[in-house]
Amino acid sequence: MVGIITYGVYIPRYRIKVEEIARVWGANGSEISAGLGVFEKSVPDLDEDAATIAVEAARNALLRRTIDPEQIGAVYVGSESHPYAVKPTACTVGEAIGATPNMTAADYEFACKAGTAAIQTCMGLVKSNMVKYGLAIGSDVSQGAPSDALEYTAAAGGAAYIIGNDDPIATLNHTCSFTTDTPDFWRREGQDYPRHGGRFTGDPGYFKHVKGASNLMLEQMKKTPKDYTYAVFHQPNAKFPQKVAKDLGFTADQIKPGLVVPRLGNTYSGASPVGLAATLDIAKPGDTIFVCSFGSGAGSDAFDITVTDAILSDTFRRGAAPSVEKLLQNPIYLDYAKYAKHKGKLVMQA
Amino acid sequence: MSVARFWRKIPQRYNLIGTKCETCGQHFFPPRTFCPDCRRTGKIVDHKFAGTGTIVTYTVIQTAPDQFASPGPYVLAIIKLDEGPQMTSQIICDPKDAKIGMRVRGVFRKIATDGESGIIHYGTKFVPVE
Ligand SMILES: [Zn+2]
Repeated sequence: MVGIITYGVYIPRYRIKVEEIARVWGANGSEISAGLGVFEKSVPDLDEDAATIAVEAARNALLRRTIDPEQIGAVYVGSESHPYAVKPTACTVGEAIGATPNMTAADYEFACKAGTAAIQTCMGLVKSNMVKYGLAIGSDVSQGAPSDALEYTAAAGGAAYIIGNDDPIATLNHTCSFTTDTPDFWRREGQDYPRHGGRFTGDPGYFKHVKGASNLMLEQMKKTPKDYTYAVFHQPNAKFPQKVAKDLGFTADQIKPGLVVPRLGNTYSGASPVGLAATLDIAKPGDTIFVCSFGSGAGSDAFDITVTDAILSDTFRRGAAPSVEKLLQNPIYLDYAKYAKHKGKLVMQA
Repeated sequence: MSVARFWRKIPQRYNLIGTKCETCGQHFFPPRTFCPDCRRTGKIVDHKFAGTGTIVTYTVIQTAPDQFASPGPYVLAIIKLDEGPQMTSQIICDPKDAKIGMRVRGVFRKIATDGESGIIHYGTKFVPVE
């Protein structure tokens, strides 16, 4: 059955505290942290971007399981911060893991849900026997304009999933989506920073779509929230996933392992995939996982997942690549000046 | 660097693809097509280096050329790869933490960008093994 063969995550070492960003803009840091439920966020190194993060996540996935990279017949990278406007990140990833040239590839863009859209595509290709393995990645070095609300959470990181049929560590039992044309968040071509509809982003954006896809999934699977061991929701902050989980009937314990945003920030296309990875890091055979992503513009992808015995078998080495918890440890903190340099917010004189 | 020259070296830069002589077992990075010891009896094949090695010596570069992704200060080291050959590369660490004999492993990073509109040169740098 189609499922996750292996997975890997990458998070840069650098962090900035919400309080430090607030200090620069004369805002109340502890109030903002409490409001968002986010205390610090990851920051890429000067030589890291969505492509390098995607490569490191994919290589971490390959460390956990012996797979011939030439058998990967499709590579899809979801990001809203692809390094090039024209030239696919997926080709760089394919080359860096030795999957080229006998593969198809493309880059995906759908705000924060491009990574889960990539997983769905790979499921389709695997189920129809078009490829043996498909590699789906969500990776971002997201940008928030200085002093904008997004600056407190826009973070860097990514996760990679190899999808296939043979002995998956978790089966992907079902997926469904809920999509409408909703202008809650956007960035026009050539603009450095995205814009958003302010308070408008909540109800007609996040909540409508996450609930739409989640209810569809529960209905189609004839399940209730109680039937799942864990749940992962897109996490632009800690408040939204906590509220949507509660509204849908999931408990705080179910979403706890996958709620990584308080120490990581919002990794956009990486957010739901990293949350799922953090859950897989601690999952046992037989555990069931509910996942629902969200991307502005707007849409949600839901997944029903069952962890198999393979996660503890000799063919899978969970400890061979760093867990999300390990990647969140030992951060290097930056002050705002260094952070601005890392994020290219300083314009150097030519 | 020209686009063509970067492109030709992608296997070396991304995946440390070098060569080895099957006759005497010597490894070469950058790749050689001819074994200097075995000469005509040498049999050269591609070899993907494991990407682990040890710092032989290093220096701290204070100011990098404009197109470099890391403006400096950064650590530039000669690394002896576990298979034998030595190569020069940036070590991603605080310059005060760099040490001769330190174990390092390869990671995928941006090396340089060709101005605002040119290509991005990706490749291998090294980080301390933790
Ligand atoms: Zn020889």
